[in-house]
Amino acid sequence: MTVIRRYQVNIISFLRIIKALIVSQYALMLEYRAEIALWALSGLLPLIMLSIWSQINTDVTSYLQNIDLTKYFMSAFIVRQFTAVWVIISFEEDNLKGLISPYLIQPVNPFWRYLSSHIAEQLTRVPIVILICMLIYFVSPNMIWLPNIATLLLSLITIFGAFLIRFLLHWNFAMMCFWTDRASGIERLLLIPYLFLSGLVAPLELYPETLYKLANLTPFPIILSFPAKILAGQAVNVLNGFLIITFWVLFLTVTSTILWRLGVRHYSSMGA
Amino acid sequence: MIVRKLRFINIINIINQFWGTSIACEMEYPINLYIESISVIGNLAGSILILKLLFGEGQELGGWDWARSLIVLGFYTLLEGFTISLLQPNMKRIVNQIQDGTFDFVLLKPIDSQFILSLRIFSPWGIPSVICGVSLIIFGLSMINWSLSLLLISYTIILFLCSLIILYSIWFIVSTFSIWFIRVWNANEVLRSVLVSGRYPISSYPPVLRTILTFVLPVAFLTTFPAEAILGQISYKILILAVIFSVLSFFASRIFWKFALRFYTSASS
Repeated sequence: MTVIRRYQVNIISFLRIIKALIVSQYALMLEYRAEIALWALSGLLPLIMLSIWSQINTDVTSYLQNIDLTKYFMSAFIVRQFTAVWVIISFEEDNLKGLISPYLIQPVNPFWRYLSSHIAEQLTRVPIVILICMLIYFVSPNMIWLPNIATLLLSLITIFGAFLIRFLLHWNFAMMCFWTDRASGIERLLLIPYLFLSGLVAPLELYPETLYKLANLTPFPIILSFPAKILAGQAVNVLNGFLIITFWVLFLTVTSTILWRLGVRHYSSMGA
Repeated sequence: MIVRKLRFINIINIINQFWGTSIACEMEYPINLYIESISVIGNLAGSILILKLLFGEGQELGGWDWARSLIVLGFYTLLEGFTISLLQPNMKRIVNQIQDGTFDFVLLKPIDSQFILSLRIFSPWGIPSVICGVSLIIFGLSMINWSLSLLLISYTIILFLCSLIILYSIWFIVSTFSIWFIRVWNANEVLRSVLVSGRYPISSYPPVLRTILTFVLPVAFLTTFPAEAILGQISYKILILAVIFSVLSFFASRIFWKFALRFYTSASS
């Protein structure tokens, strides 16, 4: 009986900690809203690609004839906004500054600290992204559309799933900091498959058959292409997508837990 | 404060010292060479793939054929090497120094502050990009019937120098804003994300964007015009325009820097 009660208290206090972390991180992020606005603006790539793709004369038989390119790339732009992850950079910085040591003493895994700071940043982004969309609407009204509530809800869930996969993926690589001083190089390498295998710069269906299959073996299409298609209102296999999301989240959680345990054992504080 | 006029021999000597120390510093992380090389090759492979997809759908890209588009991409890669080696590390340093207050020591030195800030660091990690860019240009040229002509080469060199100066001036102007706003690091990301549009010929964009990318943000001057020069498609007008534009942008960066320095109040004051 006592065991159960303690367990419940732990869950409640854990939720309280998460809430406190998110609220405090949100306050911190609000301080940097101008900076976040600039980050949001720097995600222009899908729109640049859209302007090029829109100039291409395509065959009637082409895949491009059957989808709304504008909707696809606009959705990709929005999905990218809410799946931004920079945990490797902050973890490396904290590691070099020796901040990891006090975090390790605290009774909550630093993982939650970083996760909540990312979620808080996304909350700060919401009004900024709405503003950008309004601006785009002002310049060219036919680029903006209102999806129905069901699509919107489904997109919200898938975008969060996508964010979780990307965050966990980066968290796995952030564990490298326990062994090396400079892990941020890894982030540069992770960016390449993200750019070219996620469907950010071109719809994946246009890729050569083998490359398309190869891309689908990686988590990248599910991070961007899948939620973007849902938001754009394209017909996709939702159930299949959710199974893949669940698989990657579970898989990456297990690997990161293992890496974390190994890393903490190896950890010897900065300068020690 | 007396700022000594820089004599040429002094400049060489100083740059030698600056770059020698910064290269020695970077050599502490030899694994970065592999990371940078993989990153460059991966990015290039991805860009070529996307170009291939664009050509798979249509037969041309804004009037440019496959080989000629590769040359534009080559110039883009070359400029990226320049950015990684010089612009980015120095910019990062400016922002950090202004934030920490160590910028005071730069101002105290008897040497032009813009000079020291722009050329203090040379990072060798841009070299893989430069090599790839040059190879891509040569590869593109070998695919078409291109014959070596000194005139074209000299035009290209002039236009490429102009593009370097324009790119430098834009970066430096953005960095200068850190005197007021301190952390302008991500203003730079915005800049970079717009400059990505230089990967493709300017004529592949919709007309409105083309005008913006030529006159507001001079992306056309960076990659498309040097590529046109080496292909012998450039007119005198563009050549003169590019030279005037680069000189103007350099002086703009200079004047803006002098202006901004008046507002510098050091950290915590």
